[in-house]
Amino acid sequence: MIRCEGVTHVYQRGSPFEATALEDVSLEIGAGDVIGIIGATGSGKSTLVQHLNGLLRPTAGRVYLDDVDINAREVDRRRVRQQVGLLFQYPEHQLFEETVTADVGFGPRNLGLAPDEVRERTARALAQVGLDPAVFGPRSPFSLSNGEMRRVAIAGLLAMEPRMLILDEPTAGLDPASRREILDHIMRLRNARGLTIVLVSHSMDAVARLCRRVVVLDRGRVVAQGPTRDVFADPARLAALGLGVPQVAECARLLRERGVPVRPDVLTVEEARRAILDVLAGVAGRRPAPKKVP
Amino acid sequence: MNFLRGLMLGQYVPAESPVHRLDPRTKLLGTMWLVGVVFGTRSLAGLAVLTAFLAGVLAAGRIGPAYALRGLRPVFWLVGIAVVFQVVFGDSGGHVLFRRGPLVVTRENLAAGVFYGYRLILLVAATTVMTFTTSSVELTDGLERLLRPFRRVGVPAHELALMMTIALRFIPTLFEETETIMKAQMARGAEFTRGSLAARARALIPLLVPLFVGAFRRADALALAMEARGYRGGEHRTRMKELRVAIRDYVAAGALLLVAAVVLVPPSLWRAVVGR
Ligand SMILES: Nc1ncnc2c1ncn2[C@@H]1O[C@H](COP(=O)(O)OP(=O)(O)OP(=O)(O)O)[C@@H](O)[C@H]1O
Ligand SMILES: [Mg+2]
Repeated sequence: MIRCEGVTHVYQRGSPFEATALEDVSLEIGAGDVIGIIGATGSGKSTLVQHLNGLLRPTAGRVYLDDVDINAREVDRRRVRQQVGLLFQYPEHQLFEETVTADVGFGPRNLGLAPDEVRERTARALAQVGLDPAVFGPRSPFSLSNGEMRRVAIAGLLAMEPRMLILDEPTAGLDPASRREILDHIMRLRNARGLTIVLVSHSMDAVARLCRRVVVLDRGRVVAQGPTRDVFADPARLAALGLGVPQVAECARLLRERGVPVRPDVLTVEEARRAILDVLAGVAGRRPAPKKVP
Repeated sequence: MNFLRGLMLGQYVPAESPVHRLDPRTKLLGTMWLVGVVFGTRSLAGLAVLTAFLAGVLAAGRIGPAYALRGLRPVFWLVGIAVVFQVVFGDSGGHVLFRRGPLVVTRENLAAGVFYGYRLILLVAATTVMTFTTSSVELTDGLERLLRPFRRVGVPAHELALMMTIALRFIPTLFEETETIMKAQMARGAEFTRGSLAARARALIPLLVPLFVGAFRRADALALAMEARGYRGGEHRTRMKELRVAIRDYVAAGALLLVAAVVLVPPSLWRAVVGR
């Protein structure tokens, strides 16, 4: 479990370039949670998640992992980073080894594991992101497509076997199929291993589909936080923050505007389908033939 | 983790000030002039005058003294070492202040160490004042103009200036990228600041490889973007901002001459000319 208390972060303090990226941020991430962090560009999302594994130190405030202050002097930050895996934006830019296997094994090797264990974890991690270790393992990471590189980078984190996975825009710049595939792999892992997931994303659809709770950042402050459905229930407010709602929610709103009484709080395609069918069934119950939905 | 940024000497501070508005050529030549004057100084009074002058320029350029001093911080180390060397290995003889075993500190050596150390600080300070108040674009523009007369003897002024512009433009990007990659590798358990020298050198590979790959990727993209916009070298290009010498540039030149005169002309000569 991670808890942030009053975390403030000021970049380049004391210079003319001083910038407060986070201000008094408090939040809690429970074990097994799937939390989305949304916010406009520059709202501090990346800054926030780098506090969660001790890569950045708060200017003020504290970050606790299981009630231990991770910035305390006696805490081994490397252990924190093993437990809380953080995937950076554009993680394919961090690949460096000659082969995919060696690159994915970098984390486990740093943990000081035996070569056998490293090999085993590497193969498992690659399989978990849908890459066949026998096919992709010996290849150079630089010969892969962007989507494949991204998956190798994710495997590099999974091989450290963290309890908590923080993904900073894991699908930015990928095609829809790769996007979906990567998120599906992550969710499968979560369900299999009970991982805690923090998803930073500009895709409201992905957040709505996967996350139970959402934290909304605006210029470094938490401006909304709660169950996904509640956060997305106020499209006007989100729009004012430079954010949107999932497309199906927008769709449902437009339907209601035209007098079709669908539920207002649909978040996923499946929910929308059911909501529309409900309406149609209701209409069918009262009238001989269902009216066509515009 | 922001330690890399701390190393960036004299980062440009955008502001509206008479110093910022000076022609970059004035500032380039003026800085060279000041460096010469600092080297020529023989007296403490000269150093004091130069310090006052630089402080004045900083104030006129709206640079906070605290920020300026922070920019000089890395130099203080160097100066400290230089002073220690001068004190420990300088000439023997003179008034002994302190003696322990082979270590002898004389007053003359200490004074000389402090003097040369302070001169070094002033040298860096003079150049830093320029980089604080001149954007890299202006700097390279000025340099290109200053180098233009040398084109006849084969100096590729435009190309040099362009290379410098691009390099300066991408240095901050490179720093940022270094920081990000370092953090990303630390997230995978890498350690950059622990272990033996060999271990630390090896730890740089996961940093340097992505950095170079990224630099090449960016160079490719930049070349493509420039070609796509029809860039074809320096001939017949016009500029968005023409450099113009204004009255303030003459004022600055006058001030620089005055400082040089005050600092370099021996007091006896002054007395002969002014005092009579
Ligand atoms: N190293 C840095 N030095 C100075 N300011 C920074 C630094 N990193 C980020 N900032 C500033 O802090 C603020 C928050 O940045 P951050 O990267 O956390 O935003 P973000 O929400 O992740 O944005 P995006 O959606 O574009 O990734 C921004 O205003 C940014 O300009
Ligand atoms: Mg970000």
